Amino acid sequence: MTEYSKAELDEFAAGADAWFRENTPADPGFMLPLTFMEVGTDQQFDFLRNWQRKVYEAGYLGAAWPSEYGGGGLHDMFQRVATSAMRRYKGPILPNAIGLNWTGPLLLDIGSEAHKHKYIKGILNAEDIWCQGFSEPENGSDLGNAQLKAVRDGDDYVLNGSKIWTTLGNYAKYMILLARTDPNAPNKYAGLSFILTPMTVPGVETRKIRKLTGEYGFTQTFFTDARAPADGLMGAEGQGWKVAMQTLEYERGARKGQAGGYISKEVDPFAVLKLAAEARRDGKPVLEDAVVRDQLVDYIMEAQSLALNGQRSRIPGLNQDRPMGLALMNKLVFTEFAREVNQFAVAMQGSKSAYYVGDPSATDDGFWTRSYLNAFSATIGGGTTQIQHNIIGEHVLGLPKTR
Amino acid sequence: MQELGGLGFSEAQGDLLDVATGFCRDRSPMDKVRALIGDDLGFDPAIWREIGEMGWLAIAIPEAHGGVGLGIAEIVPVVEQMGRRMLATPFISTTLAAQALIIGGTEAQAAAILPKLCAGAAATLALTEAAGDWDLVQVKASAARDGDTLRLSGSKFLVCDAAAADWIIVSVLVDGAPSLVIVERADLPADALRREIVIDETKRSYALTLDRISVPANRLLDPARTTATLAHLQLVANLLIAAEMTGAAQSVIDYTIDYLMTRRQFGNLIGAFQAVKHPTVAAYVGYEKARSHLYGAAHCFNEQGSGEIATRMAAVQAERALAFAADRSIQFHGGFGFTYDCDAQLYRRRAMFSAALFGDEGYQKRKLADLLL
Repeated sequence: MTEYSKAELDEFAAGADAWFRENTPADPGFMLPLTFMEVGTDQQFDFLRNWQRKVYEAGYLGAAWPSEYGGGGLHDMFQRVATSAMRRYKGPILPNAIGLNWTGPLLLDIGSEAHKHKYIKGILNAEDIWCQGFSEPENGSDLGNAQLKAVRDGDDYVLNGSKIWTTLGNYAKYMILLARTDPNAPNKYAGLSFILTPMTVPGVETRKIRKLTGEYGFTQTFFTDARAPADGLMGAEGQGWKVAMQTLEYERGARKGQAGGYISKEVDPFAVLKLAAEARRDGKPVLEDAVVRDQLVDYIMEAQSLALNGQRSRIPGLNQDRPMGLALMNKLVFTEFAREVNQFAVAMQGSKSAYYVGDPSATDDGFWTRSYLNAFSATIGGGTTQIQHNIIGEHVLGLPKTR
Repeated sequence: MQELGGLGFSEAQGDLLDVATGFCRDRSPMDKVRALIGDDLGFDPAIWREIGEMGWLAIAIPEAHGGVGLGIAEIVPVVEQMGRRMLATPFISTTLAAQALIIGGTEAQAAAILPKLCAGAAATLALTEAAGDWDLVQVKASAARDGDTLRLSGSKFLVCDAAAADWIIVSVLVDGAPSLVIVERADLPADALRREIVIDETKRSYALTLDRISVPANRLLDPARTTATLAHLQLVANLLIAAEMTGAAQSVIDYTIDYLMTRRQFGNLIGAFQAVKHPTVAAYVGYEKARSHLYGAAHCFNEQGSGEIATRMAAVQAERALAFAADRSIQFHGGFGFTYDCDAQLYRRRAMFSAALFGDEGYQKRKLADLLL
C-alpha cells in the first residue's frame, strides 16, 4: 500500500465521478444480467466485456493491484471510491467475476511471478475470462469428494472427468480446477490439487445448461484426455483443498484483495416500494396495507443490516470476540435476502404476477420473477445456504463438525 | 424517503468498551446475578458506588454540570456490557433522568441535580400509566396548581429503580398539557411505592401512587420543551434498552454453545446435529445484525431523522435477536432448559421485560413504516 494525500484521493474521486457520469451506458434495449451468473446470450456477454474493458482502461478497476502486472498500483482507498462512483451511476456489472474476485487475489497472494505476469492483465481487461471447476455432477456440497482425475504426464496433467455449474464456461479461456491427483491419498482432501487449466485445448468440451428461468448461463464441462500444463499447479500437489478453501474465502468476502467494481447489482428494497405504490387491492394502493408495510420495513431493515455489517466488519474494535463472523455470514445473509425480496416483489404484482418475460402485460418485463428464480443461483452456488450454516457453526462458533 | 445512517466508532467508545467489558465480567458473575434476585434492592451498592467513581454516570452530562460532555453514543458500549453480564444497577434509569434534565430542565434544576448524578446518586423516570400506552404524551395523571404548590394525583407504573432514586421525574397533566415534574424522595408518603412483580427478576420496578404528593411549582421542567423532551427520552430509552438486549443476546448464545459442546446424545456432541446447529447460527447472525444496528444508531443518534430510524431499527433487531436466541436456548437445553436453574430463562425474561418498557418490535416497526414509506 502506497502513501497518499487526501487531496490526491479527492481528485481521483472527482475524476471517477465525472467518468462514470459520462461513460455509464444507457439502457441497451435488451435485458442486462443482474449478476455474473445470469449472462445467457452473446449479446449480453459482448456488451459487459466491453464495459469492463472500458472501466479498466479508464483506471477504475484493479486500481489497487500492483502496477507491474497491469494494476494501478494505488492504495485500496482509490479503488473503493472508484467502485462507489460506479455504483452511484448504476453501471452494469463486470462479467469476469471469477478472475477479478477470486483467481486474481489468489494469484497475487500465492501465485508465481510468471503466473502474475501471464494472467493478471487479462483478468482486468476481460480479455481472458475465467471460470471455476469445483462442483461435479455427483459431488456438490461434498466438494472434498471431487473425482475429476489429473494424472501427471511429463510437463502436463492429463484430465479426465466432468465439472458442472460452470458459470461463463462457454466464454472462459481458463478454469481454476480442483482435481484428484492421488486417488490413494490417506483421506479424500489430501488427494486433491488445484490447477490453472486452459479451456481452449483439445479434449475440453462445454455443454450449456438451461436454467429454471428458461435461460442459459452456465455449462457442464467435460474433460477427455485434456492436457493442462503442470506449471499451473497452485500450491503443491495434494494441497488443492487448502487452496480451494482460500479461494472460497475470497468468494465469500472473508478475504480481501479483489480487483474492485461489482459482479452483481445491489438489491434495493426501495425499488419494491414503487411496485407497492402502483399495485392496488380493493381500490387502494397496496402500500397502504398495514401487513405489506410491516414486511417492507423488514426488507429495508435487512438491507440496512447488510450495509452496517459491512461497515462494522472494518472496525476491529467491534469484532473482537469472533473476528471472522461478519465476513463469513455475508454470503448467507445477502443471498437469502435477495431471494426473499424478489419473491416479495413478485407477490406485490397481484394478478400480474402470472406473467413472465416477453409478455406485454408483464410488470417490468418479468424482471422480478426472473430475478427471484435467478436468486437461487447464489443461495445454492458457492456453498449452499445450508453449507453456510455449517461453516459459520463450525468455523465461527466452534461447534463440532457435522458428519 | 429518509436517508439511512452509517456506522462509526469513536476512540472514547473503544476505551469505554474495553473497560466496561472487563468490569462487568468481573463484578457480575452469574452466581451473583442469581443471588441478587432474592435481594430487595436488587443491586450491589458497592458496585454502584464504583460505577459512580469511574465517572460512567457523568459520560453524557455537560461539563458545565460536572460531566464529561460526551454523548449517548459513548454510553452505549457501557450498557451493552452491563446487559451482557446482567449487571443490575440503576444506571439506565439514572441516565434517562439526567437526559430529561439536560433536554427539558431549567438551568436551576440542572445545576442542582446533575452534579449529584455525576457523583453517583440515582434517579429515575415515571412515565408509564395503567393504559400501558407507549406514546408518552398520553398522560392521565395530573398536577393541580394550588398557589405555588402542585398537588399530584393518579398513578404511575413500571417506575424502574424507584426505591433507590433520590429524584423521580414524573409526567403529569398541568392545565391540560403533558408536563414533567421532579419529585424528591422526601416528597413520597411512606406507602407511595409498591414493588411490582415483573417477569425479569433481575430488575426492580414500582407502582407509584401520586395522590397525597405535593411539590413546589418550581419543580416543573420547562413546559415549552415537554414534547421534545418526551420524544428524546423515548429514543434514548430505546437505544439503551437495545444496547442491554444486544449484550444479553451475545451471552445467551455463548451460554447455549457451551452446552452444545458438552452435552452428548446418540454418541455425538449435540452441537454436531444440524437441527440444533443451524438455528444456533441463525441466532448468532441475528445478534451480529443487532450489534451493527446498535452501533449504527449510537453513531447517528443525534442526526435529525436518520437518528430515530436507526434507533428504532436497533430496538427491533435487539429484541428479535435476544428473544429468538433465548427461546432456542431454552429448547436446546432440553429438560434442563425447562428448569429454573437453567440461565436461558433469565435471558428470555429479560427480552420480554425490555420490550414492554418503551415499545416492542411491532410498535417500533409501525413507527418505522411511517418514517420510511
